[in-house]
Order: sequence, then structure tokens, then C-alpha cells
Amino acid sequence: MRTHPGGWSALLACTTAASLSAQAPALRVPVSVDTLANGLAVIVHEDHSVPIVAVNLWYHVGSGDEKAGRTGFAHLFEHLMFMGSEHAEYPAFDRLLEAAGADNNGSTTEDRTNYYEYGPASALPLMLWLEADRMGGLVPVMTGEKVDLQRDVVKNERRQSYENQPYGLANETILALLYPRGHPYSWPVIGSMADLSAASLEDVKDFFRRYYAPNNASLVVAGDVKSPEVLRLAREYFSGIPRGPETARSEAALVSLARDTSGVLEDRVQLARLYYVWPTVRGFTPDDPALELLAYLLAGEKNSRLTHALVYDRQIASSVYAYQDGKRIAGDFSVVATAKPAQALPDLQRVIETELKRIAADGPTAREVDQARNATEASFLRRLETVNEKADALNGYYVRLGKPDMFEEHLQRYRAVTAEDIQRVARQYLQAPRVVLSVVPQGRADLAAKIEEVTP
Amino acid sequence: MTRFAQDGRDGRDGRDGPARRLPRVRQFMTVPTVSAVLFALSALPAFAQAPTTPPPVAAPAGLKLPPIQLAKLPNGLSLRLVEMHEVPLVQATLRVKGGGRLDGDRSGLASFTANLLDEGAGDRDAFGIAEQAAFLGADIGTTADWDYLVVNLNTPKRTLGDALDLMADVALRPTFKSADVSRERDLRLAQIIQQRDQPGGMATLAFGAIVFPAAHPYHRPLGGDSAAVVRFDSATVRSFYTRVFRPDQAELVITGDITMAEARAEVSRRFGRWIPNRMAVLRPPVPAPLPRPARRTVCLVDKPGAAQSVIMIGSPGVSRTNPDYPAIEVMNTILGGSFSSRLNQNLRETKGYTYGAGSGFTYRPVPGPFVARAAVRTDVTDSSLVEFFKELNSIRDSAVSEIELERARNYIVFGLPGEFETTGQMASQVAELLTFGLPPTYFDTYVGQVRRVSRADVQRVARQYFDPAQVDVVVVGDVEKIRPGIEALGLGPVTVRDLEGREVGR
Repeated sequence: MRTHPGGWSALLACTTAASLSAQAPALRVPVSVDTLANGLAVIVHEDHSVPIVAVNLWYHVGSGDEKAGRTGFAHLFEHLMFMGSEHAEYPAFDRLLEAAGADNNGSTTEDRTNYYEYGPASALPLMLWLEADRMGGLVPVMTGEKVDLQRDVVKNERRQSYENQPYGLANETILALLYPRGHPYSWPVIGSMADLSAASLEDVKDFFRRYYAPNNASLVVAGDVKSPEVLRLAREYFSGIPRGPETARSEAALVSLARDTSGVLEDRVQLARLYYVWPTVRGFTPDDPALELLAYLLAGEKNSRLTHALVYDRQIASSVYAYQDGKRIAGDFSVVATAKPAQALPDLQRVIETELKRIAADGPTAREVDQARNATEASFLRRLETVNEKADALNGYYVRLGKPDMFEEHLQRYRAVTAEDIQRVARQYLQAPRVVLSVVPQGRADLAAKIEEVTP
Repeated sequence: MTRFAQDGRDGRDGRDGPARRLPRVRQFMTVPTVSAVLFALSALPAFAQAPTTPPPVAAPAGLKLPPIQLAKLPNGLSLRLVEMHEVPLVQATLRVKGGGRLDGDRSGLASFTANLLDEGAGDRDAFGIAEQAAFLGADIGTTADWDYLVVNLNTPKRTLGDALDLMADVALRPTFKSADVSRERDLRLAQIIQQRDQPGGMATLAFGAIVFPAAHPYHRPLGGDSAAVVRFDSATVRSFYTRVFRPDQAELVITGDITMAEARAEVSRRFGRWIPNRMAVLRPPVPAPLPRPARRTVCLVDKPGAAQSVIMIGSPGVSRTNPDYPAIEVMNTILGGSFSSRLNQNLRETKGYTYGAGSGFTYRPVPGPFVARAAVRTDVTDSSLVEFFKELNSIRDSAVSEIELERARNYIVFGLPGEFETTGQMASQVAELLTFGLPPTYFDTYVGQVRRVSRADVQRVARQYFDPAQVDVVVVGDVEKIRPGIEALGLGPVTVRDLEGREVGR
């Protein structure tokens, strides 16, 4: 929220052109943190510049907690959370919020499920009450019909966002090649059609009892509110919800590949696309920020190395991007390049290989590192422009690092990255076996990458 | 134009993963000064049982918007400024009249010209511009819409001077080198191909070509078609730029941590010597208002093996300055503009045919379309059309309930403060006022207008601004599978068309 920064308004005041952050004062987003007797963490950040509030509730469960044969269940469950609760029968949830001028949504990743409301500060009691009612009373009103209905909706989501999208099945193909069978990240969050079909009402009730308890959740409220009042409301609405079982989550499960693994997908596309994916590290671990900066200086800007080489110099690709995705128990790094029309992927491969070897051998220049740091820091700040994003970031820090206000510490991790760090992670993680997936037009397997050319 | 997002995720899951629904972009709305029932929050003991009825919602605080300050440089460049000092960031949006409506038979020219601005300017090439912007922590973006060429800057206050230097280069001194133009032309051609692989993009293309006749600017896409784009060269782009890019047709909207005095000095230094060319101002042709189609027709676009059918139903829409705008927005919120809207409740939440259904009017100086839209499972394409028309008729045939009406009005009015949260949002709101010639005080009147919308108004505008018997229905899907069912509905003549709207076979 750019207009009303809470504690970080001075952030950029003392920066220099050479380094945005060199003399910046510490970035602080002040919060209060309390834990109710039933284990629910309540985090409040006051920001009084606009009369708006964001409520952001994380449950510490995602697709990585699913059982084999029930992939996609965490996300299906997310949909069911909107199907009514004991004192707010369907469709009261949306109708009450809309009548208060508020929006809401939820999303699911491998590691967590979040729910959020956003709207006028005066709607805070309603938002909290609705969240509490479904945390405390979803099961009594859950029915097989609701499960069937949202199962259909989620299947349509899978069709719309994956099956009917060009390149839409690349991700699940990559995951199955990258992670060993049974690894919690070896299936996509959306799940498979067969597993979605198999989900039962009993599964829903079990899942709720196991994961949807106050001691497995954290609540952030950010905006034009008073911390004691939020806490009072949270106590009033959530305190009566009993603690659930303690759930042990799987520990770090990093993976490695013994050799290059390739796949070819023929798809209804006209331009071939090449995916390189390497196993890397978990989020918020020491090499994670260096890998993020490496991704930027490979493909974050026009003058980044792969973009420069593939799109501008050789002009054999129409786009390229790269990213490090550090998750809770593992991580991976991707380079994705889309070819020009009729362009075969081995030509792209050769350029990518050359550039990866070059940065592993020589490292980046000081100026490249400065640019990557500055750009990353600036985009990092812009992600905090709204109370919604601040609230979600606070919740994420709390869950991953044990403290919500870790913005400054997170920034420091980027500031500390050196050219040598980037060179080292480029060598250590990217000069190593990887998954190579080619997505090609139907009948054009001849355009696919050649696996023998990528073995380091 | 930043095409290469650092954390682009297409083809793989984003960090947020699948969501309950696609995030909604709220239409333009305005300031609440609303009277709603006020309830005092009663103090309750700390560990009480939660109440079994929803807590009442107090009337939201009315949003006090900072004033929009006006100034004009001697060369005709007008300035609009809104101070927002809480964070040391500044947003500057330069808008020059001359968008896609000037393309004529060179479809995509405005958009392509905008794209070229930051591919070489002043003494920097594309790499130099990108490097400098990133180094300053600045975001520079160039784009075009149907009416404007736009250069956007968002930068930390501390680097504003250097960032404005760069912005001025991009806006005033683009180089349009042949090598850059031909590279970007090939990239644009590749993007056009990619759009034609994407069912939603295909539907949008075909819908425009079918709803708007050949001479109408919206007949062809803003980004251009390959037949036109392939002919673009440096001279084409330079002459278009030279013709339209002039200070007396430009406005600079600045929001953020800056005062008018500072802005005026900084902007004058860089844009003050920008001189209008001597040519007559180019005015885009204003097409005659389009009548609705005489009858309902159904156009199928074949996507063999498609897992879903993308349905678009619509007709030419209305002007943003139409006095019925508030009533139309309330009506559309009920019909398809919110999660609880009738279309979404029916097609998604009751029938389970889709991940989401909705509707909306696109407001531009030359009215864009009214569209109702969803991607539905292939085997329920015909059943989905039945439900679409049920809802399109129902909101015309009988008055909405008082409860629906009040919910929609509140949703618009109470949600308004959230539309002004960031400097970027504020700049967009100011730009919208400018685009449509609405007064700076507009926000003060809109809320009252929305509050006065009645059930009769909703029904009246539903009857007035679309007619389910006079719409084009476009469906992108597996024609062999969906055609028999659709023909059996008897909606109107069914043809199979290509993405240019031309009939292909029977």
C-alpha cells in the first residue's frame, strides 16, 4: 500500500543512485503478536492512512500434505470453505461481505492455504466472525452435494487453467520427472481428475478435523484498525473453537537427479517451448536469495544474459524467463524459453548452455549484481503497496521464520549476496543434472531438445 | 514495455497456486458518503461463546480524496497531480492522444509504436534503458490503448530526477532504429501467433471481428494482425510517432510523494522544450453509433479437442458518459459483475458448468462491447447457453429484489476507498476522468447517483442497453461435438467462422 506505509515511510529517503539500499533506514512494519489459548496466532499491523482492512488467515496445510490418491484435495477443500458454515449457511458468506463492500478469495499452494477478505475497516467484525464460523463449524453443514458441486467447479478450473491452455500440462509433467514418486511436490496443486473424482465427504470431514484447527492457523489483520480491538474481536469469535490435534508436517525433502531427464509433450501450440528445471534449495535458506538474483540476471530484464542472447542477439526465442521457487521442504529453479515460429529447440539449448557455463565460470560483473539487487529490492517494496500484500507477507514470515516483521531481514539477505555467491550457485545447482522438457506442436517432435547435448 | 517478467509463471503454477476464483478487477467506482445503519460494537467478555448471528456492519467512513491539482506548461502539456506523501514513491503517467483508433488499415500501429519507445531512446539502446531503470529502482512501461499512447514511470522519490531524464528520453527521443523495429516486429508476429493458441484470446479476437463491422476500429485487435504488422518498418513507426506525439495533445498525471511546485520544476526542465509539430492535429475517425444486430446469430470457431468451450455473448455497448452509467453498473453487478451475481451463481455455483461466469460493459470514448462470458465444459455448451439466456432475459423481464439491489449498491459504494489505495490506482482514476472529460469533482456525485438507483432503473437499463434477441454469440470449442446441441436450441443461424469472422464452410 504505497499511500500509507505504517513504519516504512522513510525507507527510500536516503538511498543513492548507485545502490538503492546502501544507506536506507531499517524497514519496519510494526505488529502486535498474540496467541489465543487454543493456539491461534493473531498478528495485527496498524495502517491508518486509508479506511481499509485486510484479513488474512493461513492454514498450515497445502497440496504437499495430501495423501497419494487424493491429489488436489487441499485445493478442493479450499473451495468447500466457501460453501457455508453453521451460522452462515451458503451463500451467506459472499452475500454478507459484498453487502459490506468487501471482496474475498482464497488460494492454495504446496505448503499453505490462505483465505482473505479486503474492504472497508467497518467490516472487520463481520470478516472475523465469518472466518471464525467456518473454522469452528464447517462440518455440521457439509454435505455430499456441496462436495460434488465444487468438485465440478474445480474440474472446470483444471480444464480452464491447465488442460485447455497452451503449455498447460507442462508443469505437472515436470513435477513428475523432477520429484520422485510419492514426494509431496511430485503432483500439481490442482491435482488429477481421477483423484478429484475419488474425494469423498468422509475425506472432507477428516481433513477438516486434522488441519482446520486454530492451533494450525495464523491470522493477520492489517489496516485501519486498533490492535486491542482486533484482539478483543478475535478472542470473542475464535476462543470457543477447540484446539485440534498436533499435526507433524514432513521435514525437508530435497531431491537430486542422477542424470538429465527429458520429456517431450506434443501440444496444440504453434511455438515450441523449452523448460530446464533443476532441484535447488528451500525458501529462506542461505542459497535461496543468490539463486533468485541469478534468475534475475539470467532473464529478469532485457539486458539479462539469456534474454540478451536469445531474444535480442540470436533472435531465436520470443521470450525467456527464469525463477527460483524455494518452497517449504524443497525448491527448484526453472529456465523457460519459447522459440520463434518454426525454430527448433536444440538451437536454444546451445545458447542456454553457453550462457550457463559462462556465468558459472566467470561469475557476474559488479554492475550486474548491483542492478539485480536494486531491481529486486524495488520490486520487493512494490509488492507491499497494499494492505492485502503486507498482510500475506507478514503471515508468510511468521510461518516460515517465526516472526512476522521480517521485511528488513529478508532485504538484508539480498543485500548480502556477492558476485561470488551467484557464481557459486550457478555452478553448484545449474551445472548439474536437470529436467529438460520440450513442448512442441503436434507432429513436430523433430523440434524437441536433444538430451545428449545437455549432459554437463 | 516490460515483456520479460522476473517471476513470470505462465505454464507453471504461480506461488499463489490455484485460487477459489480468478481475481476480480473492479470497475471504476467512487467515494462513499453513505448512510447505512450504524451499530455500536458491544463490549463482550474475553472468552464468550461467539455470537450465532453475524455482527452488524457500521457505516464505512467516507473516503476523503486529496484534491486533483491542475497546471499547464506554456507548450500546452497539462499536468494533473495528486499528493500522497506517506511513501517516498512517485508515479508519472504521460498520455498522448493517438491510440489504436488512428491505426486505420495499419492495425496494431499505435500499440507497436508504443512498444518501440523503450527499445532505443536518447543515447541508450534497449539494454541501456532497461539497465538504467533497474539501477534506479524505477519501473518504466510503454503501452497504447485505443485512444492514447502511454509512458508510465514509477520510481523512488530519491531517484526521481534521473528517472524522469530516462522517461523523457523514452517519450521524446526514441530512435526507432531499423534493426530494433524489425526485431520487435518479428516478436509481435510471434505474440499474435501465440494469442491464436489460447482459447480465451481466440474468442476475444473472433468476437471483435464479428460484433464490430470491417470499417470499425474494434474490428481488428489493438495489437494488430499479422497482415498489417508484417509491413511495419522504421519509417512507418517514426511518421506515426511524429504525427501524434505533441505536448498540446498530452497530459502528465503525477501521483505520490511530490508537490505541484516540485513537479512543475522537474517536468518543465525535461518536457518544457517539447514543441508541437506544425501539422494539423490528427483526429481519430468517430464511427457512427452501432445499432444492435438485427437478429441473434451464433458463430462457432473450431478448436478440435478443446476441453472447454469459451462462450462470449454480446453487442455494442454504451458510452462512459451515458447518464445511466451508475444504473448500468448496479445492473451489471447483479447480472455478472460480482461473485454473487446471477450468472456466476447459476452457471458455476448451481450447475457446476464453469470455473466462473460474468458480464461487463467496456467503456471507451467510442463504446466498447457488452459481453457475457464463461469457459464451460464441452458437453454442457448448449445447456450453458440456455442458462446464459435465462439470466439475460430474467433481469429484463422482472425487477430485481430489494435485497439484491441494496447488496449491489453497497458493494460498489462501500468498496470504493479500496480503489484509491496505491499511487498507481490513483493515477488510473485521474486518467479515467481525463479520458472521459469528467470533472475533478466527479467522485463526489457518483456515490449519490449509485445510491439513488432503483429496482425500476435496473430493469429499465437492462431492457435498454442489451437485448438477448439481438446479440452475437461466439463459441470457441470443438465444433463437431458442440454444434448439434447448439443448433437444436434454435437461437438463430449457426455458422462456423475463423478468427477474422469469415465464414468457413457450412
